[in-house]
Amino acid sequence: YRPHGLRQSFTYRPHGLRQSFTYRPHGLRQSFTYRPHGLRQIQTKSKKTLAKPGVKNIVLVEGVRTPFLLSGTTYADLMPHDLARAALQGLLHKTSLPKDAVDYIIYGTVIQEVKTSNVAREASLGAGFSDKIPSHTVTMACISSNVAMTTGVGLITAGQCDTIVAGGVEFMSDVPIRHSRKMRKTMLALNRAKTLGQRLSLIGSIRMAHLTPELPAVAEFSTAETMGHSADRLAAAFGVTRLEQDEFALRSHTLAKQAQDAGLLSDVISFKVPGRDTVAKDNGIRPSSMEQLAKLKPAFIKPHGTVTAANSSFLTDGASAVLIMSEEKALAMGYKPKAYLRDFVFVSQDPKDQLLLGPAYGTPKVLARAGLTMDDIDVFEFHEAFAGQIMANLKALDSDWFAQTYMGRKVKVGAPAMEKFNLWGGSLSLGHPFGATGCRLVTTVAHRLLKEGGQYGLVAACAAGGQGHAMVIEAYPQ
Amino acid sequence: MSLSSTLNGSYLTPRLRINKVLPYFTSHTETHVSPKIDSSRTHVNYEVKEDVAVIRMNDPTSKVNTLSVQMQNEMIEVFNEVLANDAVQSAVLISSKPGCFIAGADINMIQACNTSEEVTKLSQEGQKMFARIENSPKPIVAAINGPCLGGGLEFAIACQYRVATKSKKTVLGTPEVMLGLLPGAGGTQRLPKMVGIPGAFDMMLTGRNIRADKAKKMGLVHQLVDPLGPGLKSPEERTIEYLEEVAIQCAKGIVNKKISLTKEKGMMQKVQDYVMGIEFVRQQIYKTVTAKVMKMSKGLYPAPLKIIESVKAGLEQGPDSGYLAEAQNFGKLAMTSESNALIGLYHGQVACKKNRFGVPERPVKNLAILGAGLMGAGIAQVTVDKGIHTVLKDTTVEGLSRGQQQVYKGLNDKTKKKTITSFERDFTLASLTGQLDYSGFEKADMVIEAVFEDLNIKHRVIKEVEAVIPPHCIFATNTSALPIKDIAAASIRPEKVIGMHYFSPVDKMQLLEIITTDKTSKDTTASAVAVGLKQGKVIIVVGDGPGFYTTRCLAPMLAEAVRLLQEGVDPKKLDALTTGFGFPVGAATLADEVGIDVAAHVAEDLGKAFGSRFGGGNVEVLKTMVEKGFKGRKSGKGCYVYTPGLKSKDVNPDIEDVLGKYKLTPNPLVSSDSDVQYRLVSRFVNEAVMCLQEGILNGPVEGDIGAVFGLGFPPCLGGPFRFVDTFGANKLVEKMKRYEEVYGNHFTPCQLLLDHAKDSSKRFHK
Repeated sequence: YRPHGLRQSFTYRPHGLRQSFTYRPHGLRQSFTYRPHGLRQIQTKSKKTLAKPGVKNIVLVEGVRTPFLLSGTTYADLMPHDLARAALQGLLHKTSLPKDAVDYIIYGTVIQEVKTSNVAREASLGAGFSDKIPSHTVTMACISSNVAMTTGVGLITAGQCDTIVAGGVEFMSDVPIRHSRKMRKTMLALNRAKTLGQRLSLIGSIRMAHLTPELPAVAEFSTAETMGHSADRLAAAFGVTRLEQDEFALRSHTLAKQAQDAGLLSDVISFKVPGRDTVAKDNGIRPSSMEQLAKLKPAFIKPHGTVTAANSSFLTDGASAVLIMSEEKALAMGYKPKAYLRDFVFVSQDPKDQLLLGPAYGTPKVLARAGLTMDDIDVFEFHEAFAGQIMANLKALDSDWFAQTYMGRKVKVGAPAMEKFNLWGGSLSLGHPFGATGCRLVTTVAHRLLKEGGQYGLVAACAAGGQGHAMVIEAYPQ
Repeated sequence: MSLSSTLNGSYLTPRLRINKVLPYFTSHTETHVSPKIDSSRTHVNYEVKEDVAVIRMNDPTSKVNTLSVQMQNEMIEVFNEVLANDAVQSAVLISSKPGCFIAGADINMIQACNTSEEVTKLSQEGQKMFARIENSPKPIVAAINGPCLGGGLEFAIACQYRVATKSKKTVLGTPEVMLGLLPGAGGTQRLPKMVGIPGAFDMMLTGRNIRADKAKKMGLVHQLVDPLGPGLKSPEERTIEYLEEVAIQCAKGIVNKKISLTKEKGMMQKVQDYVMGIEFVRQQIYKTVTAKVMKMSKGLYPAPLKIIESVKAGLEQGPDSGYLAEAQNFGKLAMTSESNALIGLYHGQVACKKNRFGVPERPVKNLAILGAGLMGAGIAQVTVDKGIHTVLKDTTVEGLSRGQQQVYKGLNDKTKKKTITSFERDFTLASLTGQLDYSGFEKADMVIEAVFEDLNIKHRVIKEVEAVIPPHCIFATNTSALPIKDIAAASIRPEKVIGMHYFSPVDKMQLLEIITTDKTSKDTTASAVAVGLKQGKVIIVVGDGPGFYTTRCLAPMLAEAVRLLQEGVDPKKLDALTTGFGFPVGAATLADEVGIDVAAHVAEDLGKAFGSRFGGGNVEVLKTMVEKGFKGRKSGKGCYVYTPGLKSKDVNPDIEDVLGKYKLTPNPLVSSDSDVQYRLVSRFVNEAVMCLQEGILNGPVEGDIGAVFGLGFPPCLGGPFRFVDTFGANKLVEKMKRYEEVYGNHFTPCQLLLDHAKDSSKRFHK
């Protein structure tokens, strides 16, 4: 195992990359500065391990996901639980886990298919798991599968379970579109109507306006603001330029392409879609040029906004699954764990002006819990909702003023070093099936720690409602 | 009256940013920064960013920017420099105050003039300056955050382009009409072209504030900028910076022709323009608008008519005539007593929005209201959305849920009007607790009781409450007539007892009358005023006595109204005469609104307290009406019959019988229409002056504000005290003496009024 050699083998060359962009980055200049490898050495870590006496070690044994596809493409005719089934079967296949060896199954999802509101149960039954395994579904916007995982961690820590399958699914190719409230009211009344006269009078009361359908809300309920609009304002608040955002978006796509080509995205399973071809790759990765990106008009705040379709994550179909166990149980079953799941936090703040600042709030908090510093982290995987949101979070993390004024901290924790940050692409390029992204982030950290040879990784994500999550992951000694 | 209502933004010290490269948009091009800072200028300065001059306004002596002489002079100086500077292609006009663009012209500037010619000249100077702005070869972009009113709006619409923030503080409008004036710096000429004739009339005749999103729809601003949240600077500071950045982009866009100043007209616009091009249509509009103004103002307010006249002159006879008409009419209006009265009210209102009792020792965070009736729930409604936790207590579930529904409806109506979101409504309601017991009262900082107007009940309540509240808690009583000291007699700590007299409907009526007794502590008063101000009220603080100030003034007028009814004046006629004098609500309707039972109660109470002087109409008339169930609007019948859903109302046919029973014969010597009006008004005014004489009132300003905002005294007269000044105390006394001969002491002028009548140099307002 040679970490340095490996790094070269996946063709990540920051300097080369910079030149290939054919422009002079401003915001990213610092972030692209190459740091000496000394940082990587485990001996310099402030803590050798985050294991705590008397607390069970919880490990990630395996993580998989279906390919993430642009919604409306190959998955278009499926149902959400089909995707979740595919992920679960992939996990079973990859781990050779006996179908009755799981204690509990938890899934995260955001937009619910009303027929399968407990999608965890439908998917686990359909995936062939024993019907004796209870399963439930959780939701917390874009960090739903993070909640699924931490719920599992909680069950193991409490001694209730040893083996948990957690996952997430999102299916944007089909969303519940409802009749209008007026129509629903009429239809429900029709159900209760006893005489023909009553029924006819109810039917007669239906007007054109009744037929206007109700789409699932794209706006934040409490503020009526769409997320893209809020992201644009957030970017403006932190002075993130259009150029910085386009650069970051291009970086995400470029790195994702490199990772895909180098076969690093080993969590992706291939999936034979009924009636369609076998899908084995994410299909939203599209490295473009700065010139192309610059041509796009702002999508939310017109005409002077900076958030465009190209520097935002796109609507995605996909599912993920992870196998989480107590370390003892994993070893007893003969597994070689990939990583320890350590401290985690959930944070929340103002859903209007700080909607997407979850990582900025969660990162210092989880580092403090774990007793680590930014420098101790070798691998960062942040959820990229919008390029502008990521840049804003990085700027917030790097601001003493923000730390003092809004987080009650004396000093900033600093921004993550870019050469450790989302090196295999992110939600902008790989796609973002809301409910499934969390497991992808955790699995990617584990895989990157294995490949790159670091010790600690950090996952951070924002979510609608002004919420956020951060988790520290520790490499499992190889 | 809205000039100051929105001006509560935080104040940043003036700062000039030098050598600061724009963090936005400018990454590729070279940035030239050549600061032009003339230290002798204190209000206006500018710096050049690339080829855009950013002109920043900031009046260091005030929380708001006004177009004062100094501001104007410096602006002209800066404008000349900008025009002369070859490195400048365009300009951005922005305020460095985060909460205010320009709140208006400096009223004192107008008040300092002695003749209409002087004011006309002032107007013409303003017109000239804005004409130069309008014709500037270098485009000027107005970047608006916070109020942009009056002269500020006229300035902005003279600019080539307008960008505004969507902040709630950003409002545009022409409130001059509320001061009895007109937009005198080109507003009457530019607005019709910009927003169309109907839109312009609506703005100028109502003076209402227009929020940024509406302004964009109307074509008043070109582009909107969202307010920003926390970033690397405070939201206020960064929002203004962002606004500046966007405005600079617009300025550059205009110069390099990426932004066109001639807007592509839509189909609707074309049709509208065509229709407005027909002279007949325009004439019809002038006619309709004039008729509407006459109907609403009864011809008592000259400003709206002059506005129509000025607009018409410009559209029909060309800009030269238009601008001249505007300037001359502005000069004329400034010299009218109506304008003087309205400006007086404006100043008075500003004064009554301050707490002259200082900062209370502890702010009220938990407020409890006893009684969920119309008043109690109304008080809850204006309190709960100000971040104060509010307890609404009643004795029955029915009463309580009626009150809770009233609060909900009040907030929900705002949701329907889109001034708040449904989430804000819910969030606000979360601070309201409805309950039937005294639980949690140990945390109350203030209790306001709004139970029945019965001294025994009030005594029982005060004793119950004092047993459960903490020592610092203030007990405020909402009564319209019972003396506070009588209520406080049951208290074990009278220094914490105070009167807070709200007016119904609480969410609409601006006035709050606070009544202190000899024993009320200064801190208690300061706290009550602080709560009232938070509730958005205009506050007068008066001394204790039967009926305090407002009820005491109203009672004799209502007594006179009853007498007039008895003398055979039809309720409709009575209403017409009072509204014809300038009261927004006629005397008969007012009685119905207040409630005949309340009126009877008050008349009896005050009659006992003040004796025969408060006589006139027979109280039995009111009592009989109550017996018959004619309690006013709330019971569906009073002087009028009220049919739900119907706006028009007919005279209650059954009161003929009642009035017939108590019929009086009118004396033709004092029963002309004008006499009827002065009989009503003189009793009101005399009582007001007496309140000042007796020390109930702190001064004439509060007296005027209380009468206008609480009782609807004609605003064009500026309140009873200004009325005496303008009308002449001697003339009023003369009239009263004539009435006194017929009706006796009901019309005996008080000593202070006699003093003023004797010496014409004595005036209530300087």
